[in-house]
Amino acid sequence: MTSTAAEKATQSGGVRGALGRFASPFKGVPALGWLFAGLVIALLEMYFGKFLAEGVLGLDKLPALFGSLIIFKKPSLQFPFIFNDLGTIAAVIVYDLVIYAIPLVLVSLLTKGLANKLAGLVYKRSVLVSVLIHILLLYLALRLWTDISTYRELVTRLTMIAVIVTLSLNVINGYMGEFSTSHPGFMAVGAYVTSVFTIALFTNSNYFGEAKLPGSWAPFLFPIALILGGAVAAVSALVVAIPSFRTRGDYLAIISLAFMFIVKSFFENMEVVGGPRGLGGQPDLASFPVIFVWMALGIWIINNFVRSTLGKALNAVRDDELAADAMTVNTRKTKMTAFLFGAFWAGLAGGLLAHVLRYINPGSFGLQKLAEVLAMVYFGGLNSVLGSIVGAVSINLLGEALRPLELYKWIVIPVILILVMIYRPTGLIAFREFDLGEIVKPKDMKEGDDAAA
Amino acid sequence: MPLLEVKHMTHYFGGLRAVHDFNLSIEKGEIRGLIGPNGAGKSTVFNLITGIYRPTEGDVLFKGQSIVGKHPYQIAAMGLGRTFQNLRLWRHMTVLEHVKMARYSKLTYGLFGAFFDTRKRRREEAEAEAVARELLDLLGVHNVAHELVTNLPYGMQRRVEMARALAVEPEILFLDEPTAGMNPEELVEMMEVIRQVHAEFGMAIFLIEHRMKFVMELCERIQTLVFGEVIAEGAPEEIQNNPKVIEAYLGEEVET
Repeated sequence: MTSTAAEKATQSGGVRGALGRFASPFKGVPALGWLFAGLVIALLEMYFGKFLAEGVLGLDKLPALFGSLIIFKKPSLQFPFIFNDLGTIAAVIVYDLVIYAIPLVLVSLLTKGLANKLAGLVYKRSVLVSVLIHILLLYLALRLWTDISTYRELVTRLTMIAVIVTLSLNVINGYMGEFSTSHPGFMAVGAYVTSVFTIALFTNSNYFGEAKLPGSWAPFLFPIALILGGAVAAVSALVVAIPSFRTRGDYLAIISLAFMFIVKSFFENMEVVGGPRGLGGQPDLASFPVIFVWMALGIWIINNFVRSTLGKALNAVRDDELAADAMTVNTRKTKMTAFLFGAFWAGLAGGLLAHVLRYINPGSFGLQKLAEVLAMVYFGGLNSVLGSIVGAVSINLLGEALRPLELYKWIVIPVILILVMIYRPTGLIAFREFDLGEIVKPKDMKEGDDAAA
Repeated sequence: MPLLEVKHMTHYFGGLRAVHDFNLSIEKGEIRGLIGPNGAGKSTVFNLITGIYRPTEGDVLFKGQSIVGKHPYQIAAMGLGRTFQNLRLWRHMTVLEHVKMARYSKLTYGLFGAFFDTRKRRREEAEAEAVARELLDLLGVHNVAHELVTNLPYGMQRRVEMARALAVEPEILFLDEPTAGMNPEELVEMMEVIRQVHAEFGMAIFLIEHRMKFVMELCERIQTLVFGEVIAEGAPEEIQNNPKVIEAYLGEEVET
């Protein structure tokens, strides 16, 4: 692998060299420095963004997602085809430069020394505290950034859910190396179970009658509803797991695909939960902080699992099952556990999704959803937690950014995917360990400062 | 009581009789060899004992207990380590991860520990790592602990596989052609490694080998397998001079 990377580097030395020279001052910026920059950007946009966009640049409103929705317009045959007029585009670019690019560069470079010092101070005392501070700052920056527009907040909430789904599928398709296609099914199970739980208990609905518990209890019982949704999804995963893990091969892909369609038509025929019309009126429980906490928890638990020897057994089973068996690994149990574990998180994410959209129907858990999830996993990178996060965020943002292109979106995104598959067949950031301790470490630390990793 | 005892083991692949009436008895600490021409069924014997195939007839006793029908991972956890003829390493895993993986059956922290990174898990993982590092040290591959196995030269990969088999804490070690594809220099090294491992841990070793020099020097007793049947058994010198063995390897001498 290293040899091919080296070859590529020599082939395109010019571009890479230039990029490297540009990036070199940023190498020493610790995670804390980037978070500082993020906070400054969020604050800048909050106090100055509206004035800049509407007052100075003459835009209709503040660009919600870096102005991509303003740059693109409905595709037409007239010049400039899919773009808005040049003046508007220029205004958007100026906005992005002033609010995002310039502060990002300035703050990250100017605070480099300070951020490293602070990061080092906390890191040496306790890695855990350091990690928690970083997460808190990330939350703060994201929260401030999303506070500006409801659309932006919705996109961010959906993206965070997508991160959970992508990770849970990566456990099966990446770490275990099987090809499972049943994730929309698990999400549907989780979504319906959780929805029925909250609708029946906390709302007056046509389906389940009057509320049985006071609405003020809902936020406290919501985690239970989510875990229940995940657990039911995991149990339903047994239907796929028991027959397909007797042997290895393509069985899982076929059986899991069948499972997805069965779940879809099951809910279509369940009049109790609305049948094909769907189920609406979920209480508004999946707020930004709730989803953020579940995402953080999901990343933490999944990352813990895949980094333990028990989780590494998945890699052993994938790379050589016979050898794993001969080295005392209970391969069947390993495969079943991972599959159920993935289904659990998919179900839980489904539950969150249902409470963000506050309406679900069986049709939305079909092939299109599957394509989306698979794209996020394979784009981001197999066998990599960071890859899944990157994949989920980039595919989601890309999907939103290209929304004005309507149908053409489904030409652009697949083309990007194909390019990734050609140049990086395992995804952008594949086969990499995600070590939070390593990420929060100050960048000016010497090699000898902590024990050889 | 012998450590490993195989009684009248016979195995058919469909209509093909791969192994016929195979008997074996290995004592603690003994080094035993199994030789025979290509396709004689040597690897099949290994796979039958280690649980990959289930023998059609006969019984296998390990530490006095029948292990027929048990899963390979259960048999391995009882104290049977093995290597493979064609290096079955995990290509996306580092050397250290390989050896730690073989400690799987010794881990007791369970899924809860795996999910929530409990203290017990940290302790057990640290213990597994300490054992693994010791083995890597013993086999002289400690300096590549964090390399992917695919980046290592062949001889080193063999050592990693050996370290992995040792991490199971075997009471008997099965080596399937440990010198396959090695040059004479590496062969001598491998012989040294096996001697060293045997001296250190004192486990029984059952090995398949093609190279006579290797078997003759290491093994106390040798069995010769031809077409699934044992045609000769005894000390190395006896086997070397046994006309049946010579015939199987070199062909019959024809009077001219």
